[in-house]
Amino acid sequence: MSTKSFDLDSAWEVHPSVAIRRERFGALLYHFGTRRLSFLKTPTLLDAVQRLNSSDSARAALSDSGVSAAETPTYERALAGLAGTDMIRERTAS
Amino acid sequence: MTATLLDEFELGLDAPICLTWELTYACNLACTHCLSSSGRRDPRELSTDECKSLIDTFERMQVFYVNIGGGEPTVRSDFWELVDYATAHHVGVKFSTNGVKITPEIAKRLAASDYVDVQISIDGATAEVNDAIRGPGSFVTAIRAMENLAAAGMRGFKISVVMTRHNVDQLDEFKAIADRYDAQLRITRLRPAGRGASVWHELHPLPEQQRGLYDWLLANGENVLTGDSFFHLGAYGDALPGLNLCGAGRVVCLVDPVGDVYACPFAIHEQFLAGNVRDSGGFEAVWRESSLFTDLRSPQTGGACTKCSSYDACRGGCMAAKFFTGLPLDGPDPECVKGHGESSLAAVPAGSTPRPSPDHSRVVPITIGRRPDRACDTSPLA
Repeated sequence: MSTKSFDLDSAWEVHPSVAIRRERFGALLYHFGTRRLSFLKTPTLLDAVQRLNSSDSARAALSDSGVSAAETPTYERALAGLAGTDMIRERTAS
Repeated sequence: MTATLLDEFELGLDAPICLTWELTYACNLACTHCLSSSGRRDPRELSTDECKSLIDTFERMQVFYVNIGGGEPTVRSDFWELVDYATAHHVGVKFSTNGVKITPEIAKRLAASDYVDVQISIDGATAEVNDAIRGPGSFVTAIRAMENLAAAGMRGFKISVVMTRHNVDQLDEFKAIADRYDAQLRITRLRPAGRGASVWHELHPLPEQQRGLYDWLLANGENVLTGDSFFHLGAYGDALPGLNLCGAGRVVCLVDPVGDVYACPFAIHEQFLAGNVRDSGGFEAVWRESSLFTDLRSPQTGGACTKCSSYDACRGGCMAAKFFTGLPLDGPDPECVKGHGESSLAAVPAGSTPRPSPDHSRVVPITIGRRPDRACDTSPLA
C-alpha cells in the first residue's frame, strides 16, 4: 500500500464498484471488483469520503467535514490507504 | 487496526460482515470432516421464494456478500437462479463447491460476472491424500473444475483446503496448484464440528505441524487467505493478517438450509442457535435482537486464559473448537499453542462431549441394539 502518490489537491471519487455501509464507529467499505473490505474508523472520515465525488479536491472534502489542519495528515494517510486498495480513485476531468 | 475498532467488532455490527448461507444439506460426497454432517436433503429446506425473500433482507441490511455452501449448493435445481437473483440485488456471492457441476459452459458464465466468486474444495494436493477425506474420484472432479474455470478465463478463484495432519506438509504443493490455475489458495482450520467431531482427534495438525503452519503463513502473508481461522496461532508471536478475534454472532453467522441461524458455521448445535429466518421479524430480528447474539456481544470472561501473556493475541481461541471437544468456553482452545489445551482435553471424561446436531449424513452408523425410531423402521416381514 503506497502512500506516496496520494495528491490531496486532486479531485477524487469513490470507486463505482464500492458499497458503503454506515456503522456505529464509522463505516464498512466493500469493493465488488477486488472483493476487499475496508473500514472507515471515524464518522468524520465517512463524511469526508462521501463528499469526495462532489468536491474539487480531497483537501476541500476534508475541510468541509471539519477536519482541522493539524488532523489533516492523519486523514491524508487514511485516504491514501483507500486509494492504495482502489476504494477511491482520482477523478478524471469531465 | 486499532484496539478501538476490535472492541467495536466485539460489540457487534448492525449486519454481519460476512455471512455463511448453506443452501442444502444434500451432497454427492460424504467427507469425513463435514462441518454440517451433510448428505441428505432436508424436506424443510427453504423454498426458492423464501430464499429470494432472504436475499431481499440481505440487500436491505447491506450484507455485501454471502458465502454459499452446503452440502453441495450446486445440486439445488434453483442454484443458478438464486445466484443471479442475489447479484441482481447487490448481494455478491462466493460459493463453495466440490466442482461436480462446474462444466466448461458454467465456467464461462462464472468468468463473466464480477459479483460471483467460486471456491473449489480439496483436502489434499494429491488424489491419495484428498480422496481419503473426500471420497474416491473427488480429487479428479475438483481438478477438472479448476481446469474449466482457468480455461474460461476466471482469474483469482479460490482453492479451499482444510488443514489436517496429512496435508499440512503439502502447503507448497497446494500453492503450486493455485498458481497453476491462476487461483488463490485459502486454507482453514479443521474444526471438531459436525462429522468433524468424530475424526478431529486423528486429523488435527500435531503441535509441531502447527508451528510449521504458522511460519508458512507468516512467510506467505496476505497472498494466502485463511478466513482469519488461525488466530489462535497468533500466540506464537506476531499476529497473522486479519481480524484476529472470534466473530461468532458479532460479525459473522450461519444460516442453514432450513433457515436456522447459528452463531457461526462451525457451531451447528442448539446451544448456538439464535433463531430462524421464518420467525416473525425474520433474519434482521434474529441478528439484531436474539438473546444468544446479545450475550455473545457482551464482554466475555477469558477465565483462566486472562492470566496468560498471550491472551491478547489469541483471545482464548475458537468457541466451537472448545465446545465440541468438551472444554469450557472460558478456558483454553484445544489447540492452544502453549499446550494448555492438551492438559484440559485429558481431563474431559470419555463420552461427555456434546453430540453434533442435526445430522443429515446419508449413512447413519448402526448402533447395535438400537431400537427403531418409528414402527416403519422395522421390517414388515419380520
